Amino acid sequence: MDLIWVPLLPLFGALVPLILGRYPRSMLALGTALLPAVALGIVISLIPDVLAGEYPSFSAEWVPLLSLQVSFFLDGLGLMFTLLILGIGLLVILYARYYLSPQDDAGRFYASLLLFMTAMLGVVLSANLIQLWFFWELTSVSSFLLISFWSHRSDARKGARMAMTITGAGGLALLAGLILIGEVVGSYDLRTVLASGKLLADSALYPVIMILVLLGAFTKSAQFPFHSWLPQAMAAPTPVSSYLHSATMVKAGIFLMARFYPVLSHTELWFAVVSLVGLTTLLVGAYTALFKHDLKGLLAYSTISHLGLITLLLGLDTQLASIAAMFHVINHAVFKASLFMAAGIIDHESGSRDMRKLNGLFRYMPYTATLAMVAASSMAGVPLLNGFLSKEMLFAEALHQETLGSLSWLIPLLVTIGGALAVAYSLRFVHDVFFNGEPVGLPKTPHEPPVFMRVPVEILVVICLLVGIFPQFIVGDLLMAVGASLMPAGVPEFSISIWHGFNMPLLMSLLAVSGGVALYTQRKSMFAFQSRFAEVDPKLAFEQGMQQLVERAVRIQNWLDNGSFQRYSLWLILTAGFALGYPLIHMAEARGRLAVTELDLVSLGGALLLIVGSVATVLLSHQRLLALVTVSVVGLVVSMAFAWFSAPDLALTQLSVEVATIILFLLALYFLPQKIGLNHLSPGRIVRDLGIATASGALVGTLTYAMLTRPVETISDFFTANAKTGGGGTNVVNVILVDFRGFDTFGEITVLAIAAIGIYKLLAGVRLFVPSSDMDGRPWSEDRHPVMLMQISQSLLPLALLVSAYIFLRGHNMPGGGFIAGLITAIALIQQYIANGVYWMRVHGDLKFQWFIVSGLMIAFLSGVGSWAFERPFLTSWFDYFYLPLVGKFELASAMAFDLGVYLTVIGATLSILANLGKLTTAERPTRTGEKA
Amino acid sequence: MELVYSVTVGIMVTCSVFLMLRGHTFAIVMGLTLMSYAVNLFLFASGGLVLNQPAILAEGAEYSDPLPQALVLTAIVIGFAMTAFALILAIRARADLGNDQVDGKATSSDILADKDHEGQLRQHPDKATGGKHK
Repeated sequence: MDLIWVPLLPLFGALVPLILGRYPRSMLALGTALLPAVALGIVISLIPDVLAGEYPSFSAEWVPLLSLQVSFFLDGLGLMFTLLILGIGLLVILYARYYLSPQDDAGRFYASLLLFMTAMLGVVLSANLIQLWFFWELTSVSSFLLISFWSHRSDARKGARMAMTITGAGGLALLAGLILIGEVVGSYDLRTVLASGKLLADSALYPVIMILVLLGAFTKSAQFPFHSWLPQAMAAPTPVSSYLHSATMVKAGIFLMARFYPVLSHTELWFAVVSLVGLTTLLVGAYTALFKHDLKGLLAYSTISHLGLITLLLGLDTQLASIAAMFHVINHAVFKASLFMAAGIIDHESGSRDMRKLNGLFRYMPYTATLAMVAASSMAGVPLLNGFLSKEMLFAEALHQETLGSLSWLIPLLVTIGGALAVAYSLRFVHDVFFNGEPVGLPKTPHEPPVFMRVPVEILVVICLLVGIFPQFIVGDLLMAVGASLMPAGVPEFSISIWHGFNMPLLMSLLAVSGGVALYTQRKSMFAFQSRFAEVDPKLAFEQGMQQLVERAVRIQNWLDNGSFQRYSLWLILTAGFALGYPLIHMAEARGRLAVTELDLVSLGGALLLIVGSVATVLLSHQRLLALVTVSVVGLVVSMAFAWFSAPDLALTQLSVEVATIILFLLALYFLPQKIGLNHLSPGRIVRDLGIATASGALVGTLTYAMLTRPVETISDFFTANAKTGGGGTNVVNVILVDFRGFDTFGEITVLAIAAIGIYKLLAGVRLFVPSSDMDGRPWSEDRHPVMLMQISQSLLPLALLVSAYIFLRGHNMPGGGFIAGLITAIALIQQYIANGVYWMRVHGDLKFQWFIVSGLMIAFLSGVGSWAFERPFLTSWFDYFYLPLVGKFELASAMAFDLGVYLTVIGATLSILANLGKLTTAERPTRTGEKA
Repeated sequence: MELVYSVTVGIMVTCSVFLMLRGHTFAIVMGLTLMSYAVNLFLFASGGLVLNQPAILAEGAEYSDPLPQALVLTAIVIGFAMTAFALILAIRARADLGNDQVDGKATSSDILADKDHEGQLRQHPDKATGGKHK
């Protein structure tokens, strides 16, 4: 489809200026304009389809499960905005070629500009809500880059931050609104949503959705009270202001309201909120514009005022109001873009934007002055220009609405006042700059700009005139198509013409013009009054607010995240306790319905040993070796408990892990301080911790009791029934590990491998304090490798390996398997290290632990991949029985290969952990470079 | 039996939480070890407490629930890796920060404890004596 190229071409185009950056400016501008021009050509070729009501679209699946598509469509509304974005964008590219000074990085500027163009096109063409939001935020980001283009200037950076923060915050509200819409409608497809107006209006969430979406629109379109970012964004280069802050980005909010107009409007809430916000913005903007001495400041507030006007139109409950709103979008974009460009020319050729200095420029640049005067007249609403037409329509609609009930008469009155203010500030723009005496203290003598810098202004002014004189011929069809997007049920008949006869709107226009002229003549006294207000710099207020916010955030963070591990574990335990305690409170009683089993003496003895061992560990924790003994008692009893309660596999595993753990602790004790002082423990702390610990124990104990006395629905019957027939083994636990849940086990041995590698890295190059005596000052034994131990352990090694092989082989059918066999092998090898020393081991068989780990993981992985060869899913197992003379019948299973992988990984990881720690005291210790120390 | 089992698990959790709230790395690793024992016992109990019915298939027998056993088996091995990692981290912290406090701040008792080894800091016996321990 062609449509996808419309946003894609400018995106590719963003790369062009980066490549052409060092070439002459004209070539750079030409290259930049090329791809957007092609995109514009594509859009123009699609116009007949859109006008005929056949909307071109493009769609590709992305994440179907989350109903995310890459999806574009072009309807009347999208077409109007696309033409504005591409058309004015091309003019701005031309204008910027002359505006930017030789010192400016034009490549970066053009790249950001085209990125912004892509984002805007994405917003207006998106047919998926989430995608629309993505481009929406992209406009905020790319406009940040453009506003802060002169990043050496503080006001540019502050202005960019402010624009980014306010529009970004609005964007988040919009995202929430869009997600709610998606939840209510059940689809993120825009066309589905647009057809579900009734569903949305009836939803209880409707007010929330509407406010959230409007928050996004109001922040983007600088509506009161979120308007303060727009004047600050005037720190941007003028081409940016002319593109973003008159024609496109600020219109994105308007676009959003228009986009959801068919489904979200038509309620009293919508009309009340939108019209009041629009009206307020219209008046505040127009009033403030009058008092701005900065040329761009005046235009910025005038833009705010006009955006308010459009919003007001969208909030009026008459049929033609929304058409008038869209018509004014076009008109405002055209005359305001040309005015910004004219302001940029004046700034460029005279060196100032201050209207108190700029006077009588008509003499110096008559041609530019004429163009600016025509555009300003359009802004004021003078007949024969496009601004007049949409303003007349506003007056007409304002007269016929009933939006505010019995207060509705206020709207025409206030709108006329707004019109008078617009005439006044337009008059000021023209009179103050081009007439009114002589320039005062300008940095350079003003003169006409280069011809081509004026061309974009000329084109736009000609459009102002053409639309103003032949409105129906030029924009009639387009507005009809836009109307079809806003009012799918049917567009009312309308006709735009210059002359409607003597009627109320004309009278209001006359009132506005005469009122504006009167206001302007009285400007001196009004300025004097205005100067009595204290000047507030929104930038400073904003920065202050931000700093306070950051300070508060830092304070909260410092309180939560104070760098103390003890504080963190306290939080962790308290949170877990709360999460556990809350549901327990809501449980009627701890005791369930299940009958309890009789207590036997063995169990009681074991329980007592566990309790005594645990408590002794706490009491003896400052005598480390004793504490280690008591912990190992607990571990041993736990493994016996497993054996007692019908879990032989667990008992074997726990037993072998116990040995490895104790060796590990013994090694670690050597490196940790031998004495632990208890004198720093305050009694308050002990009481607090005892309280928390007791509460945690009580919660877990209760939970255990509640669980044990309630019936469980287990899924294990499946495993028991299928272990033999499906997995080919009678040891169900092992079959679960290597077959049914093989993928879990694969993940677990990977974690083991990662832990081993992490430990290797932690120990590499570590320099440790090595004590030469125990805590009582007795030196360590000089006989490091007793002969008896060496001899016995060496002769035991083959036996131990045989046992581990036996345990491994029988694992599928009897207690055993890769985990246990791996641990036994590892312990047998560690014993050799203990008895014979690291050096002896290196000479007599240099074990490369990492090879064990890697080959183990690879074998496990390949045994899983192997099933792909038989077109089965990953880790599908296979087994069969074979017969060999002498050996007899035996079984071969692919799960055994997997178990072999587990076996090797466990050996490698365990040895790597223990042996690397043990090597620390020797010359064989790991170093940072991997060399032997 | 169920009551005794639950009380035992509860007391083990109490002891481990108390140890985990201490400031010394060794106490915390001890607490972690105790905690993993308790957690494994808890997980294991979700299959019920059954005597003399291992999940080894035989003719017409009753079996204990194999699933919690399989889960606990891997939990034991992973728990070992975690304990080892925490312990090595403690050793590394001791090497880099010079004390065994989790917050990295030495208390007066640590300085006392290491006083008798003054002058031997960062000396490796193998290097000093050519492989022979002092």
